[in-house]
Amino acid sequence: MMILIAVISLGVIGAVGALFLYAASKKFEVYEDPRIGQVQEVLPGANCGACGYPGCSGFATACVKSDTMDGLNCPVGGAATMAQVSTILGKDAGTAEPMVAVVRCNGNCDARPKTNRYDGARNCSVASSLYMGETGCSYGCFGFGDCVTVCAFDAIHINPQTGLPEVDDDKCTSCGLCVKACPRKIIELRKKGPKSRRVFVSCINKDKGGVARKACANACIGCGKCAKECAFDAITIENNLAYIDYNKCRLCRKCAPVCPTGAILETNFPPRKEKAVETATENTNKTE
Amino acid sequence: MNLYVSPSPHIHSGDSISKNMYGVLIALIPAFLVSLYFFGLGALVVTLVSVASCLLFEFLIQKFLMKKEPTLWDGSAILTGVLLAFNLPSNLPVWIIVIGALVAIGIGKMSFGGLGNNIFNPALVGRIFLLISFPAQMTTWPVPEVMSMNYTDVETGATILTLIKDGTGAELPSYVQMLTGDRAGSLGEVGAIALVLGLLFMLWRKIITWHIPVSILATVAAFTGIMYAVDPTQYANPLVHLLSGGLLLGAIFMATDYVTSPLSKAGMIVYGIGIGLLTSVIRLWGSYPEGMSFAIFIMNAFTPLINSYIKPKHFGGN
Amino acid sequence: MLKTFRIGGIHPPENKLSAGKKITPLAPPEQVIIPLSQHIGAPAAAVVKKGDPVRVGSLVGKANGFVSANIHSSVSGKVSKIDDALDASGYRRPAIFIDVEGDEWEESIDRTETFVREKAVTAEQIIQRITEAGIVGLGGATFPTQVKLTPPPGSKAEILIINAAECEPYLTADHTLMLEKGEEVLTGTSLLMKAIHVTKAVIGIENNKKDAISHLQRLAANYKGIEVMALKTQYPQGGEKQLIDSIIRRQVKSGALPISVGAVVQNVGTAFAVYEAVMKNKPLIERIVTVTGKAVTNASNFRVRIGTPIQKLIDAAGGLPEGTGKIIGGGPMMGKALISTDVPVAKGSSGVLILSEEEARRKPMMDCIRCAKCVNVCPMGINPTTLMTATEFTNWELAEKNHITDCIECGSCTYTCPANRPLLDYIRLGKGKVMGIIRSRKA
Repeated sequence: MMILIAVISLGVIGAVGALFLYAASKKFEVYEDPRIGQVQEVLPGANCGACGYPGCSGFATACVKSDTMDGLNCPVGGAATMAQVSTILGKDAGTAEPMVAVVRCNGNCDARPKTNRYDGARNCSVASSLYMGETGCSYGCFGFGDCVTVCAFDAIHINPQTGLPEVDDDKCTSCGLCVKACPRKIIELRKKGPKSRRVFVSCINKDKGGVARKACANACIGCGKCAKECAFDAITIENNLAYIDYNKCRLCRKCAPVCPTGAILETNFPPRKEKAVETATENTNKTE
Repeated sequence: MNLYVSPSPHIHSGDSISKNMYGVLIALIPAFLVSLYFFGLGALVVTLVSVASCLLFEFLIQKFLMKKEPTLWDGSAILTGVLLAFNLPSNLPVWIIVIGALVAIGIGKMSFGGLGNNIFNPALVGRIFLLISFPAQMTTWPVPEVMSMNYTDVETGATILTLIKDGTGAELPSYVQMLTGDRAGSLGEVGAIALVLGLLFMLWRKIITWHIPVSILATVAAFTGIMYAVDPTQYANPLVHLLSGGLLLGAIFMATDYVTSPLSKAGMIVYGIGIGLLTSVIRLWGSYPEGMSFAIFIMNAFTPLINSYIKPKHFGGN
Repeated sequence: MLKTFRIGGIHPPENKLSAGKKITPLAPPEQVIIPLSQHIGAPAAAVVKKGDPVRVGSLVGKANGFVSANIHSSVSGKVSKIDDALDASGYRRPAIFIDVEGDEWEESIDRTETFVREKAVTAEQIIQRITEAGIVGLGGATFPTQVKLTPPPGSKAEILIINAAECEPYLTADHTLMLEKGEEVLTGTSLLMKAIHVTKAVIGIENNKKDAISHLQRLAANYKGIEVMALKTQYPQGGEKQLIDSIIRRQVKSGALPISVGAVVQNVGTAFAVYEAVMKNKPLIERIVTVTGKAVTNASNFRVRIGTPIQKLIDAAGGLPEGTGKIIGGGPMMGKALISTDVPVAKGSSGVLILSEEEARRKPMMDCIRCAKCVNVCPMGINPTTLMTATEFTNWELAEKNHITDCIECGSCTYTCPANRPLLDYIRLGKGKVMGIIRSRKA
């Protein structure tokens, strides 16, 4: 008898609970487009926010809801992921050129002598709100690694030799978090370039030439020699600083040798031959 | 000459974690002397074993599991060891103490990420683990025997709270015995005067504020006082409650643990009242004679909630 | 019992090494560097150019907007250039360089030492003189004084509070000023009372300056409506909101101005500058600066022309001691660490503090043990450890909810922290971010 009462009472409690749960699930059901889930499946799932939406699910919702794929791009997944997304949704995804984060400061320990020793919190933003930094350059990298902390892909690290951050081209997804994290706006997203070949001015110092040069041996002094050399109008000089427009640059490499401070960097090019011009032409052809 | 540069302020009080930890240890000295006097060798052995094994586990875990520089001498592991020992009977076998230390440091502290990140007071985690795992050994209390040279082989008896709970009407120790510490119990909890001396020292050195201990003691006194007024034949008077069991040790040294207690003063008082209420309820109506450990343990779990709802008094109102 | 503010507070070692030292005037240097931004608000616009001759008191920078201040030459000579120069902000900012020749003063300035007690001026005239003279809050905040004396419509001042707490350790500039220029300070106070139409003023002085309290109390008997009040020594008594709480027991609400509780607060140095501007027609071209530090041979209070490189002050105090680790512009709690001794004295420079390498270094940071000491000392009743964590993890909502914008950056939390955590470093950063977010939300 005791057993029977126990079984019945428990059974009743269970049944009431089940009914309640069923009613609640019907009443509070939220419809979600199943495609949102499908899109989210193919996304990288890093929730980095590089697309401009709150996480991957936000991006997936946006993709499903919008009529065209204009302006919707997952820089992390790149073209492959976007192709998958467009197959699921049956909408054309635009192709975006692969980009990569580029550190525009070459003020390593040798080039940029220290004028004081920072003893506060090891954080670039804190230091930046305090003062110009440990060297005479008020534009250069602090080297405390706010960009490293923020990177979700382990793609940027401080090189202990130079004290500067270095980007791993293969791991970098051009999500732009480091660009936002840098209080000095040193990091820029630039076209990755064929075979990761890029030419850029690795300095953002807007001081007058003399001041900049005194602070850092590798500083751009705004002399304008590179701009004169450039045949494609890609280099502009503004506020004592040269800037190479990556959309116009043909990677001819003519600007780098004329720079008196070596502020223009070239990455992943073969070593320069005697006849630099030949290589340059070759490269130009490749880009075309 | 390269000057140092940092944001303000440019001077520091000179206070440090280890200063605070050693300050608490100094405050524990009177209670330790009392237990040495009443429990003799046992008190010494239990404390030494507990401290040594806490240090050992702290070192091993930091060095080999967390792969970082061990911080043995910041005093926190020593303090955990002493507090654990103070919560144990002085005739507890060595191997049980070592297990307690392992649980306290390994599970109570290091599994959360080390000092500052733990949710529960590590010594309490160790103590409660032992209480549940070894109920027999953990509740046989040696009877005080002045300067005893015996360790495990001692005469045992019941604590005040057990006597009350059993309701046999056996005679309780006198108030003088309660104040000096001449009663059965965990080795560090017996000497009421010595514990209060420790409290005064910590208040003077500004290691803790009065809020937690006072709110716990006041709550227990008020609650048990009301029950005593209702039915003096069934319930013990509030003074007995204040002076018995681990109430003073818990209120002064265990509940005030920095890491696991709330940040704001109002929060500390809520936390103290919670501990006081839970302790009283367990003591009066629970199946255990003493509820201090459980009460602190439960309120530790509420600390994050208290912190997010009870903020410090804000300048200019809200 | 002495009054003090009711929430938090600390009492660091006072170290008032230069207390009792007379004010020593310092001769003008060979070249002064006068920054165009010596105040909160828009930088002044230079009205001189290279090669222009100037005299002491000539206008060289004109206020550029409502919250801005005029800047005058503190020396006579020739403008050698207008260029960026490193100033106390830690950045290179525009400044006027003047090569000193002789010491010619503008004729309108009364250079005599005679004390002027009475002058027929209206409230408007007083405020106008203050504006012309480029007076800013000399306690360190450098907020243009005329703005504080012009209450927003609908609010009315009831009391003037003169901030003479000088709660920063080491500094004695205000203390010395009160001892030597008591009459002038009180006259300046009367002028300020007149400017804001109040009949009551309280000069709040911490009790570690007993001589200044009794001196001013004696003199104040001849001034109507001025009370000198001794306060319990506790940092940050000199914080505007704290001082109001100490003296009139009213707490300014979050985000509100002192005028909301009927108070206007001015620094005692400002009161003296107001006296000089109105009674002597002298613009703000010099100030009293304490040069101090345990290793400094001759810790003193100097009267210095604005724009003098601090190297000159250090030389006058016996030179830079061996093993110097840090030079601070201002006091040890809120001052700014300087990276060079070429930095010029500006309107807000109350002191130069020299710390040895050992005193200067911070100790390694450890994990927070949640001891709540920072919470207990915070004079604004906010929760520093939560705010630091919120900033570290860029959780601006949490930071805003926990009143990060109320932080007065007094540094009591970092001073107290037993784990040596740089609480204020992060909170200051977070405060700036959250204020930016709030501004953009309003816009």
